[in-house]
Amino acid sequence: MKPQSELLKINKNEYLAQQKSKLEDALEMGLTKDEYKLICEKIDKIPNLTELGIFSAMFSEHCSYKSSKKWLKTLPTEASHVIQGPGENAGVIDIGENLAAVFKIESHNHPSFIEPFQGSATGVGGILRDVFTMGARPIALMNALRFGSPDQPLTQHLVSGVVKGIGGYGNCIGIPTVGGETNFDKSYDGNILVNAMAVGLAKKDRIFYSAATGAGNPVIYVGAKTGRDGIHGATMASAEFTKNSTEKRPTVQVGDPFTGKLLLEACLELMNTDAVLSIQDMGAAGLTSSSVEMASKGSLGMNLNLDLVPTREDKMTSYEIMLSESQERMLMILKPGSEEKAKSIFDKWDLDFANIGEVTNTGRLILTKHGFEACNLPLEPLVKDAPEYNKPFEIKAIKKVLKPSDLKTNLTIIDILKIIFKNPNIATKKWIWEQYDSSVMGDTIFANGDSDASLVKIHGTEKKESFGKGLAITTDCTPRYVKSDPIIGGMQAVCEAARNIASSGAKPLAITNNLNFGNPDKKNVMGEIVGSIKGISEAASYLSTPIVSGNVSLYNETNGKSILPTPVIGMVGAIDEVENSLKISAEPDNVLIALGQSENFKAGWVGCSIYQEIINKKYDGAPPPINLENEKKVIEIILKLNEQKLLTAAHDISDGGLLTTVCEMLFKYNLGLDINLPSNLINCDSYDPLLQSWCFGEDQARIIIATKHIKKVQLILKENNIDFFVLGETNSSSNLNLNDITTISIQDINNLNEKTIPSMMGDQQQG
Amino acid sequence: MRSGVVIFPGSNCDRDMIVALRKISGKTPIKIWHKEYDIPNLDLIVIPGGFTFGDYLRCGALAARSPVITSIKNHISRGGTVLGVCNGFQILIEAEILPGSLIRNKKLLFTCRETTLEVQSCIESPFLSGLKIGECLKIPVAHNEGNYFAPEDLLKQLKEEGRIALKYIKQKDNEKNYNPNGSTEDIAGILSKNGKVLGMMPHPERAINYLHGGTDGLKFLTKCVEQIIG
Repeated sequence: MKPQSELLKINKNEYLAQQKSKLEDALEMGLTKDEYKLICEKIDKIPNLTELGIFSAMFSEHCSYKSSKKWLKTLPTEASHVIQGPGENAGVIDIGENLAAVFKIESHNHPSFIEPFQGSATGVGGILRDVFTMGARPIALMNALRFGSPDQPLTQHLVSGVVKGIGGYGNCIGIPTVGGETNFDKSYDGNILVNAMAVGLAKKDRIFYSAATGAGNPVIYVGAKTGRDGIHGATMASAEFTKNSTEKRPTVQVGDPFTGKLLLEACLELMNTDAVLSIQDMGAAGLTSSSVEMASKGSLGMNLNLDLVPTREDKMTSYEIMLSESQERMLMILKPGSEEKAKSIFDKWDLDFANIGEVTNTGRLILTKHGFEACNLPLEPLVKDAPEYNKPFEIKAIKKVLKPSDLKTNLTIIDILKIIFKNPNIATKKWIWEQYDSSVMGDTIFANGDSDASLVKIHGTEKKESFGKGLAITTDCTPRYVKSDPIIGGMQAVCEAARNIASSGAKPLAITNNLNFGNPDKKNVMGEIVGSIKGISEAASYLSTPIVSGNVSLYNETNGKSILPTPVIGMVGAIDEVENSLKISAEPDNVLIALGQSENFKAGWVGCSIYQEIINKKYDGAPPPINLENEKKVIEIILKLNEQKLLTAAHDISDGGLLTTVCEMLFKYNLGLDINLPSNLINCDSYDPLLQSWCFGEDQARIIIATKHIKKVQLILKENNIDFFVLGETNSSSNLNLNDITTISIQDINNLNEKTIPSMMGDQQQG
Repeated sequence: MRSGVVIFPGSNCDRDMIVALRKISGKTPIKIWHKEYDIPNLDLIVIPGGFTFGDYLRCGALAARSPVITSIKNHISRGGTVLGVCNGFQILIEAEILPGSLIRNKKLLFTCRETTLEVQSCIESPFLSGLKIGECLKIPVAHNEGNYFAPEDLLKQLKEEGRIALKYIKQKDNEKNYNPNGSTEDIAGILSKNGKVLGMMPHPERAINYLHGGTDGLKFLTKCVEQIIG
């Protein structure tokens, strides 16, 4: 081997990267003293800086899930329709007709706070790559966003930037963004959440995996060139924010949706041949995690010559090349002899294609730069010896049950309804949605709140008598419930997602989850993690909707203040004939029926409700309890009624309770309704807490349906022992009447509803 | 009918347009790669929507310099028919096949929503002859730079030559945002001098299914195809 002094002459920084590390270097990279000691022991030497950088990325929370792994293992992940559960780039489920749905949700929280446009754009780009890496063409994008309080000036800037970033990537690459949720709470003032979900479609027998095969096979780098952007992004995303976080801007990656589009088309074109043996996208921790994961999953090794990696800048070091998070790059193992054919496809799309090394059977990752060995590490410690912590936890749950009479108010029902629709958490997000291209690809059936779940037609399943199959998608979480009771909150997120899928007419199938929490070193935060995973597990098992992929984002804290616990559930369901899907809007002369609510239902659950926040200016009661049996019953019955084509619309009762849900069903056609009240409420006045709790309580397992076939529906409901309450028949008056107690103008309420977000964003021309 | 859909790097509505044309004509349009100089004789060439070359320069500016544009110009000079939708319209303008410019939407935001278009009284054109003057069509838009701008003299010329084909129109008297991008005189689409080239911002290929977006786009494209076949 050449003397190191020669390297010093060629590239001084590379020389430095190959020098032995010290404990201080490890601490600076986010590793602990114990972890550094463990690394030195396991590799039987003191790592150089490049080797240490590789360890720090692989041991980061983002890559190793060291705080949550113990609990993630308890999630239900199996079912007969699951083709691939967690552990690959995305989850895969069987949807019939030799087709598979491939999907995953991922967070880009920290980068989006530092640089909202690029942070959210690369979040979308990254999740799309996770899906097409598996051989699937992405067909829909969803998101779950959480921002700080609406009256904080920074919120407007962040909303504007994040929405532009999500649209900027999705619109340009040409995948429709079909929906999602956007909420506001002061706990996110310093830590917004940007969770992006992508769903793709593949042939069941043409799924691509990441495990490397065959020693001697070529390792190919394709896509964009490697730059100095995003170095140590995974480590940044695994630390708490402090006042100086905006100084971390250089670690935010920059997205290029145009190159993303070229990479998507080139990869799918290549996957149509038999050249690709395995493939992995370069996401968090870039070339490090892709090479380490591919080699270790195949129980093999890898030799890479880093001089062959296409770079944007001169004299990049091995450390920089391995830890760069430049976007739009992939690593592939090709069948020997197919390199020429593969290269011609990437040439056509004007993308880099470089043969940078080979698969070995040494079980080691060996990297060379300028002819010097920059890294020589055993793979096993990088993956299998990553720490798994059993952090102490305490699950705190509020048990105090609030009664309607605990909430005294001088507000009328109309006053409350107005406050609800002035709340950006409830009001329509049309202002945001219109900035997303929701109709490109021509297969969107329902987007952006037209239905409880967004629905896309599956291209190519059209039949003579039908438009074909569809996929329903939703993202859900009610963080205030999780905060009050992590187990119930976790269950509720799953149940609401399943109810939303069923309310669109589709059968709930599987989940991808995005667990967003604060600092896991705090007992109560760890308790929120453990509790909500327990709740999610219980509900997902009961509803046969296994978790097939997911992501964990911890350390969402600023100056010691944690976000509300936000375990987002992304759920996918399927429907055989999309023309049989359900919207939320009732039509004239429909009868509205509340399913899951009996005639004897006299008082609503007020604890932890939007209603309670309006009256008490806080949430302090136990959240509404979850009865899984009732949840399953209401889901099964709505699917049964819909199969018989008896329904016009459906909308699940969630935030804001029954009356809010009814209003949302009447808005589109500006309809009226005379609501029947249960006998005990007929003589109440508009201030009565019991009546108000009936209107705004947030009891779960309820869906309102709209039907033109009341007799048939009633018969089926009775036969199946389903609790229900007939609310009344829609009319063209645009007035919502509660007996003689009050008359609500649907037009007035909808005007408020439509103005809320535009006026929050300073856009006065809307409407 | 023999038709072709041009594909540039970054085109993303090519598949949608191919699906729509196949549905109407029963024949699959050919795909024309942007590097092609020689294209066969076609009854209709469509430049679909997308973000060609990322639209990192002015929208459509790079695509307008691709080899295929020469072939399209030859096709036009032979009296051929061309439809440019959204980014396709932007490319036709950058290639100076159609006049004027498409600038950022008035609110500086991308906008994706349904619009109502009114067929204008204009010169003989295969794109509009099958429709009635004043007829309304509900067709969605999805763009960031669809604000058609023409200086006074050009506008006057376009009017005199009967080249304003489609305008955004109010549904209700008090409707404020019927024009999605602030375009001059609510212009949504314009024609070439001979009426054979149409550039329009709205996406007819996205309104071909009653389940989503309605079927006015299907009607529009069907009438075009009928006129072209003759």
